[in-house]
Amino acid sequence: MIASIGIDVGSTTAKIVGVDLEGKFVWSYIEPADPRVEDQVQKFLNLIEKETGPIEGKPIVATGYGRNLVHQATKKVTEITCHARGVFKQLGHGGTLVDIGGQDSKVIIIGPNGEVVDFTMNDKCAAGTGRFLENTAGRLRVKLQDMGEVALASRDEVTISSTCTVFAESEIISMIAHGVKVEPILKGLHRALVKRIVAMIRSVGLVPPLMLSGGVVKNPAIRKMIEEETGEKVILPDHPQFMGAYGAALIGLKLVRN
Amino acid sequence: MRYLKYIWNVKVAGALFLKYQRFKSERRRVPARWRTDILAPPLKISARTKELISKHYLEGRYASGVKPVAWVTSGGPVEILQALGFYVLYPENHGALCGTRRVAVELSEEAENYGFSRDICSYARTDIGAMLSGKTPVGRLPKPDLLLACTNICQTVLFWYRVLARHFKIPLILIDTPFVYDDAPEHAIQYVKKQLEESIPVAERVARKSLKYKKLKEVVRLSKEASELWLEIMYRGRAKPAPISVFDQFIHMAPIVEMRGKPETVDFYALMLKEVDDRIKRGIGAVKREKKRLLWDNLPIWYKLRFLAEFLGERGISVVASTYTMAWGELAPLIDPEKPLESMAKTYIYPILNRGTGYKLEKMREMVDEFDLDGAILHSDRSCKPYSIGQVDQRNRLIQEYGIPALLLEADHNDPRAFADEQVKARLESFVEMLET
Ligand code: SF4
Repeated sequence: MIASIGIDVGSTTAKIVGVDLEGKFVWSYIEPADPRVEDQVQKFLNLIEKETGPIEGKPIVATGYGRNLVHQATKKVTEITCHARGVFKQLGHGGTLVDIGGQDSKVIIIGPNGEVVDFTMNDKCAAGTGRFLENTAGRLRVKLQDMGEVALASRDEVTISSTCTVFAESEIISMIAHGVKVEPILKGLHRALVKRIVAMIRSVGLVPPLMLSGGVVKNPAIRKMIEEETGEKVILPDHPQFMGAYGAALIGLKLVRN
Repeated sequence: MRYLKYIWNVKVAGALFLKYQRFKSERRRVPARWRTDILAPPLKISARTKELISKHYLEGRYASGVKPVAWVTSGGPVEILQALGFYVLYPENHGALCGTRRVAVELSEEAENYGFSRDICSYARTDIGAMLSGKTPVGRLPKPDLLLACTNICQTVLFWYRVLARHFKIPLILIDTPFVYDDAPEHAIQYVKKQLEESIPVAERVARKSLKYKKLKEVVRLSKEASELWLEIMYRGRAKPAPISVFDQFIHMAPIVEMRGKPETVDFYALMLKEVDDRIKRGIGAVKREKKRLLWDNLPIWYKLRFLAEFLGERGISVVASTYTMAWGELAPLIDPEKPLESMAKTYIYPILNRGTGYKLEKMREMVDEFDLDGAILHSDRSCKPYSIGQVDQRNRLIQEYGIPALLLEADHNDPRAFADEQVKARLESFVEMLET
């Protein structure tokens, strides 16, 4: 039985999670973000109702960049708080959570009781985010979901000096024109993204263990390179893409209890 | 003729008109747009601030040919010029005014189109843009006869004022203040004092009169008094709830920056202190439901003052103290009217921007204790490199060594093109949630 619902309206994907009274992750759904947020959220709610039963009177907590457009929400909470809540509930300990999303990345230091101690977000550009890979993947004609494997398989690696998504693209074009192979370019691209992320981690100071969430974790090269660059083993929660929505649902649960 | 025009427009008609305007606005009810549900009504003194500043710029409009005119950096030793009867204009203040009136971008673009890089301080770009285009929201700026730049705030002013000097073909007095790591060594103070002494004949030649030592002492005394009052007002933020926020301080700091050494400035701050004390007595807080109290580091974001005051006020956050507004009061004890040049040398070598990053960290920590604050917002100002350098470490050390929550907020004090609305909101909101749990 669903007791509370969390909705995470991100810049690239929208997610919904339902939890039971114990806070167990029982239902979820994800699809690319629709600019008509209200319609999409309504569709999500109809879906959860159809599959799990009536939701009337149950708390709906919205998070993500589009949270303020979710008029059905009982409460709106930022991604930082929600991610920390979700990950802490699943893993049961604090540490450093790195969430790499489509257009924004964040590093959250979670205290021993699950509280947010410190956080940072990517700068004003998309350099340290999934969009960086997405944009350049198109140029290289490699499928997004294959990028990580291809990069890992390459022994060679070229240095991409530009962290700007747009400039990196022109750097790649010139490399291809000079006959550089796709695989080492891909590996270099992953490295550039990871270095950016690691700089963010350093700016707040890594408190082990290191945890990873967000859509980009599906890419094995990112995980491996973060481990390489930080010297820390990376821990993944069960539903890495849903941590924001899950945390939101957990916050809703508190409303039920109160 | 010019003199008569000045007397009539500034001292008679202008003064009367501005007084009438003040009178009217003092009686006006709180503006409809004001969020009285979350913030205290505007300070009564606001009408007077407006009158004082308008009068200052009005005088500027008619000053050319009547009084010698000097353009000065905000940390410049202005007392000598005041004592010689100069009309003094602060391009940085004018820049801030352009920022609050939302014309800074237009003026910056004038400078950028001319070839000045967007990486230069936005005050400099705004000012140079105004100089090149003649555009200003205050009607007209008086052409300077003399420039005074003091490097105690940054090195930008050195090059900026050289541009002005070349454009206007006028003399530039440069006061070089050696960087202070711990304490300023005696020879550094003597070095600054010597430059102050050497500046006197240059300024006298432009003013066509000689400096009266007695008058200088008087100006220095007034400068000290106003700074002391300002410091008192800052310290009133210790009260709970805090009677005024930094956003009020930002608005009412113009006189202490651009009208130091004048009797009306002393009267103005005495009146402001009274009003602030009255608020404390009546338990009025700048933020109606003050839940958390914060520190602000670095310059204000001039074009977002209202947005920030409301966004934070709505969430029960009162930003009570800032290193920036404090800078215009904290040196007051160093000023000694009996030893004007000596004490000016000391005062002008010690501003926070002329000291090491460790000093600022220590200052912030002290202020957190002094004002009983729950955290700090460090505005990383893209324009102001000397204020922003070291903030990443300062922030981390506030958190890790002292357990003070701190947020780095990237923006620019005068250039809204470096302000990302959604990102700023996301950071602030997450920070507030973090403070609440
Ligand atoms: S760089 Fe900083 S100190 Fe220098 S003029 Fe600009 S804002 Fe002022």
